[in-house]
Amino acid sequence: MNRVLDILAPFALIALLLAGWEIACKVTGVPAYFLPAPSDVARALATDTMSLLQAAWNTLSVALISLIIASVVAQGIALLVGLSPLMDRAVRPLASVLQVTPVVAIAPLVLIWAGIDHPERAIIALAVLVAFFPIFSGAVTGLKAADPDLERLFDLYGASRLQRVLRLRLPSAVPFLLEGHKVAAGLAVIGAVVAEFGAGSGGVRGLAWRILDAGNKLQTARMIAALVVLGLMGVVLHALLERAERIGLAWWRGR
Amino acid sequence: MAAPVVALEAVEVDYAKRGRALGPFSLSIAPGEIVALVGPSGCGKSTALRLLAGLEQPTRGTVTRTVGQGETSVVFQAPTLAPWMTAVANVALPLELSGTAKKAARDRAAQALARVGLAGAEEARPAQLSGGMAMRASLARALVTEPRLLLLDEPFAALDEITRRSLADDVLKLWRETRPAIVFVTHNVEEAAYMAARVAVMTRGPGRIAGDIAVGGHLPRLIGFRATPEFREAAEAVSDLLLKGSEMAA
Repeated sequence: MNRVLDILAPFALIALLLAGWEIACKVTGVPAYFLPAPSDVARALATDTMSLLQAAWNTLSVALISLIIASVVAQGIALLVGLSPLMDRAVRPLASVLQVTPVVAIAPLVLIWAGIDHPERAIIALAVLVAFFPIFSGAVTGLKAADPDLERLFDLYGASRLQRVLRLRLPSAVPFLLEGHKVAAGLAVIGAVVAEFGAGSGGVRGLAWRILDAGNKLQTARMIAALVVLGLMGVVLHALLERAERIGLAWWRGR
Repeated sequence: MAAPVVALEAVEVDYAKRGRALGPFSLSIAPGEIVALVGPSGCGKSTALRLLAGLEQPTRGTVTRTVGQGETSVVFQAPTLAPWMTAVANVALPLELSGTAKKAARDRAAQALARVGLAGAEEARPAQLSGGMAMRASLARALVTEPRLLLLDEPFAALDEITRRSLADDVLKLWRETRPAIVFVTHNVEEAAYMAARVAVMTRGPGRIAGDIAVGGHLPRLIGFRATPEFREAAEAVSDLLLKGSEMAA
């Protein structure tokens, strides 16, 4: 009984809030361009389903491509840094600068560099920038997280540098890499959305563009509908990544 | 007497932040000898063991090793098995690192596991092994290279008394097969007197040798050895030296 309640509780709250919102709209007669009722949003969702899904896919695919690029680049650099303390010194400050600079601030520059005809390249580049750091820092930390006694064992048996990296450091880094990718995937979606806003034009017709476009036309219900899809996408993505991380960890640990 | 497999001569180890950790300290290990290194915590036992293993160099003094690379094995306080590898892969690791073909390495690793009583657990991951089993796997990994010098750093400290005792007997039985020199660090007086033919007692840190106690009797130990006067006298003598050693430094 309690478990059923636990599962139902969040939905009950959502239903309650939606009902309150609906009633408030009906009672006050607030204009729909200012605050549409949930039923208006539902109607917008129903009529635009296909195009919203298409837009969601556009945003998601950009995020996924960015994630893959960020993953390869971040792990590559992390390996170099892991192999050479001097590289570590050299790269760290730059990586930190990259991390603390807001993506919206870099967006205009990257848009210019990508060229007016290729906003999608700029958006991917920006999402890569955002997704880079968690993977990079996870990899750097993970590569140093090997059990010191196992390191001694590798010393004892005269392991080569390559053996040490492939057979000790990289496998030891796996939990950190899983965590890094989970965080990075979420950030890549945020990065893609923010970059779409930065790009502004309809070059990439993702969810952010839908929100901008509907906003320009004062179709508030459609704005909220796009937001709902964005939120749902985030929740599903997060759940999938949590699961992937758990499975990955279980495989790594053998339990 | 045969040349020692490893000898420390008046070694001292200074650490940048903690200052003197060990020494001046001398210890010589003969081939096939079993030596226990006993001392209060923080006396530098583990540092001494790392010097014997060649994993660390002394600040002053000399270390003479006649064992080559790959002829020394270390068992650490924790089993230190790689969680992502199966038991047999963990045990085969030293062989594979030194260039043995994978198939041959795995075969020898499986035999080593069988010798420590872990036949059938080849494909288990460390997380699936109990504490005692993991320690046995760690022992198998140390023995798989057939070392001439086996170093154990408080290997049973985390185990319960029964597992500890049976592991002590197992180590002695395994010793009988290939007779490596064994040095093991412990702070347990009875364990030292039971397992070793010679107990080197250290003073409080920075550790020096407070004295050497020879323990008689058959090795591996016969049933009831703990009740013999030999055992009790040795344990008593070690305890006395430990006490004196801590007063000396104080």
